[in-house]
Amino acid sequence: MTDELRKRIADTIGRGRVMLFMKGNPAMPQCGFSAAVVGILKQTGVPFESYNILADQELREGLKVYSSWPTFPQLYVDGKLIGGADIVRDLHAKGELQQLLTAQA
Amino acid sequence: MSPDEISARIRTAIPDANVSVRDTTGGGDHFDATVVSAAFAGKGPVERHRLVYAALSDVINGPAAPIHALALTTATPDEYQRK
Repeated sequence: MTDELRKRIADTIGRGRVMLFMKGNPAMPQCGFSAAVVGILKQTGVPFESYNILADQELREGLKVYSSWPTFPQLYVDGKLIGGADIVRDLHAKGELQQLLTAQA
Repeated sequence: MSPDEISARIRTAIPDANVSVRDTTGGGDHFDATVVSAAFAGKGPVERHRLVYAALSDVINGPAAPIHALALTTATPDEYQRK
């Protein structure tokens, strides 16, 4: 991976405290797993930013390598990977997601 | 890709793993897997998923990868028993 791409990925992750890389956008998710995470985030009421990886093939492939995570969606909080749909759903079910999203880094 | 092929790969990478894989759509590309292994002890959910993804790296990465989606549940034997 080029340094330029690595920096672009880091900058994109840093666009929001709660940053979701997904297929499509929150209004029109292009995948059931992305839709599920959007739905959960909306339930928490915590504002989040999103990035449509379907519209950026370079970043899509780069982010998989950058984070050693081959699938989307990917949720980041304060720059740290929280996980994909399974983990977000699990944290939400255990009541741990809200705190994780609102805790100050 | 068949559920058995996926199970075999995971067991090769994580020998003590108890693996069950289900083809969720019957199309051979969307799967649901539960992996139970002592190797997950002391690891957070992200590290656990990475271990499993690493076992499948050649079939889950890239636009032509046979696995399009994998819903993953991980547990240690203790956690699994308590469920």
